[in-house]
Amino acid sequence: MYCSSRPALLTVDHLSMRFGGLFAVNDLGFTAYGSEITAIIGPNGAGKTTLFNCLTGFYKPSVGRIALTAPGAPRFLLERMDGYRIARDARVARTFQNIRLFPGMSVLENLLVGQHTPLMRASRYSLAGLLGLRGYRLQERRSLDTARYWLDRTGLTAQADQPAGSLPYGSQRRLEIARAMCTEPALLCLDEPAAGLNPRESLDLNQLILDIRQEQGIGILLIEHDMSVVMTISDHVIVLDHGSLIADDDPAGVRCDPAVIRAYLGTAEDEDLPTEVAADLNRTAAGGRS
Amino acid sequence: MAAPSRSPSSSTSSPTPPGSALETVRQAPHGRILLDALAAGVLAALLALPILGFRLIEVTGGLALDYRFRLVGLAALGVFAGRILVLEARLALAAWRPAAARPETRRTFLGAYASRQSFGWILALLALILPWLPFADRNLIDKATLLLIYVMLGWGLNVVVGLAGLLDLGYVAFYAVGAYSYALLSQNFGLSFWVCLPLAGLLAAVFGMLLGFPVLRLRGDYLAIVTLGFGEIVRVILLNWQDVTGGPNGVSGIQRPSFFGHPFTATTPTGTTFHDLFGLPFSPDHRIIFLYYLSLTLALATNLVTLRIRRLPIGRAWEALREDEIACRSLGIDPTRTKLSAFATGAMFAGFAGSFFATRQGFISPESFSFLESAIILAIVVLGGLGSQIGIVLSAILLVGLPEWFRDLQQYRMLAFGGAMVLIMLWRPRGLMASRDPTVRLAAVPTSPGTGG
Ligand SMILES: Nc1ncnc2c1ncn2[C@@H]1O[C@H](COP(=O)(O)OP(=O)(O)O)[C@@H](O)[C@H]1O
Ligand SMILES: [Mg+2]
Repeated sequence: MYCSSRPALLTVDHLSMRFGGLFAVNDLGFTAYGSEITAIIGPNGAGKTTLFNCLTGFYKPSVGRIALTAPGAPRFLLERMDGYRIARDARVARTFQNIRLFPGMSVLENLLVGQHTPLMRASRYSLAGLLGLRGYRLQERRSLDTARYWLDRTGLTAQADQPAGSLPYGSQRRLEIARAMCTEPALLCLDEPAAGLNPRESLDLNQLILDIRQEQGIGILLIEHDMSVVMTISDHVIVLDHGSLIADDDPAGVRCDPAVIRAYLGTAEDEDLPTEVAADLNRTAAGGRS
Repeated sequence: MAAPSRSPSSSTSSPTPPGSALETVRQAPHGRILLDALAAGVLAALLALPILGFRLIEVTGGLALDYRFRLVGLAALGVFAGRILVLEARLALAAWRPAAARPETRRTFLGAYASRQSFGWILALLALILPWLPFADRNLIDKATLLLIYVMLGWGLNVVVGLAGLLDLGYVAFYAVGAYSYALLSQNFGLSFWVCLPLAGLLAAVFGMLLGFPVLRLRGDYLAIVTLGFGEIVRVILLNWQDVTGGPNGVSGIQRPSFFGHPFTATTPTGTTFHDLFGLPFSPDHRIIFLYYLSLTLALATNLVTLRIRRLPIGRAWEALREDEIACRSLGIDPTRTKLSAFATGAMFAGFAGSFFATRQGFISPESFSFLESAIILAIVVLGGLGSQIGIVLSAILLVGLPEWFRDLQQYRMLAFGGAMVLIMLWRPRGLMASRDPTVRLAAVPTSPGTGG
């Protein structure tokens, strides 16, 4: 059991998600803390993405409670909220295992769509926006500055006006993180952000994630396959297998946990990959060369 | 438009926008040409079906539908074969031309942002002086007015289809709501055009919301079918609700427009007529020219507002929703409300266009709001290159203007329409202006001090 001196950010209790007879997530309970990187690991099909989908409202969990307590905000029970309200009000941002950008829109536009909520509020049913009133112009300026900041942080400034879909794979991954950060989240959920990156890009990404935690002081949930990455950057590791929690500890504790070793050695890692992961890997092979 | 999203190979190497015909040709030997032509052929068949596929004919005892599927097949086949020819010819040409000369000449041809803008200004200027050109007669100005109505409808529908990516096949319903709102409000309450215009837009927008609310949870094809049904329902209601709408007889004697209270008639029982006001001899042309400028004003206003909306957060949210609804939800965008706003905005412009149509005609009946109208407006938007304002003007000129020209030829009018469509599809199967300009450019934004996140 993992303990932290930091305030709890996300508390998951007895969470289950059923698809027909399959429990993709089975009576899961854990706590993630603010300003920490919580890695979620487990073999393919363990239910990690399903957990994210429950947290961000894309699935309604069959049973369970998900509570988010960000500093300076009321407590939100996420299992009751619509997906867009979880993002807008509870401020949970996420990225997707298979990248979901707005491919036809420019990189900068992607980051502005990420700031839809404050921009929309300032545009007052688009009337203030249509008339170009001062309040709207100020917010627009602020949003462009935020976008510029994240472009700079992710090294995408030079590509700002290109269609997002035309970026190389690694840049698309970073853009997706930048877009999520533009929503000023309290909790950032990253679903295999390093999948398909070459070693150099992967190192840069780790640094970016560490910096985000350091500078923004937000909680990060990170699904990651590379154990060496997990061991170096995470504060807290949660291990899932077949939907159930099998370990919840700091990296050192997880490394020598017998249940974890059994789960990882028991399944040959590269066999029967889910098709989406296989597709990802293929794309990676293609993307890594360019 | 159809940029192959995640393939890294399509990145920075080629200066031509992804998806352009030239790119297709360059990395494309013949298999790809075949695919491209096939896609164009299928699209042509889909668009031709409602327009060329059916014809009303008079038989003894009433009207009957004549099915002309052979024509549809011919149109699709023509596009398919022609497209192959065009692409093969371009391929041969590209190989023959010196490599360095290629990309730039192509880009400057209407494609580049700056030249497209100046092209827009030239068009606007031309529209402004049209009635004073030597060849402009009564007939031409009247046709140009009609054309402007379609341009306006195209720009309105473009919000729904081009920006928000919602396939609306019942757009004409909102046009009808606008027209009948104006007709009935002005007849029953004696309200003037300038009072009725916003009311008609408002009513159409409310209708858009009422329809949108239950329907917008549907996706793609389902949405298309339900909106198609809604368009027909509105027409059937107009036909059958005799007491209010006059049924098949429609509403006649609709108040004609006046110049701020001065009518365009030879004499008037009260007040002064337009020609008296300006000391001109009476001429029926005054009304035609006035109507033309009125429609031009409305169209330019529509253009201005829709262009501006596209740069607002709501416009970006529409486009984002078209690109990826799930990603939108993960960013806090409410998909239902956002789609509803697109629907209502599009409907509002149809309402404005409808009320102008009513005042121009002086008479409206359900016949003017058949599915064919929806199909024509949709064809204008699709062939204009979803999302492009100038593309819509050009395709409206080709699709509505040309057939109007051939109106004397009666039954060949729709053939001219089909022919224009085929030509556009041969020339540019993704629409006249398929490339998209970003709504904001980093280079154009001034840096402000104190940048922070
Ligand atoms: N929408 C769904 N319908 C049915 N089964 C699903 C659905 N989503 C996920 N699953 C199943 O749930 C299990 C966990 O999947 P997932 O959460 O994607 O695993 P991971 O991300 O850990 O690799 C898998 O067996 C998968 O087939
Ligand atoms: Mg997964």
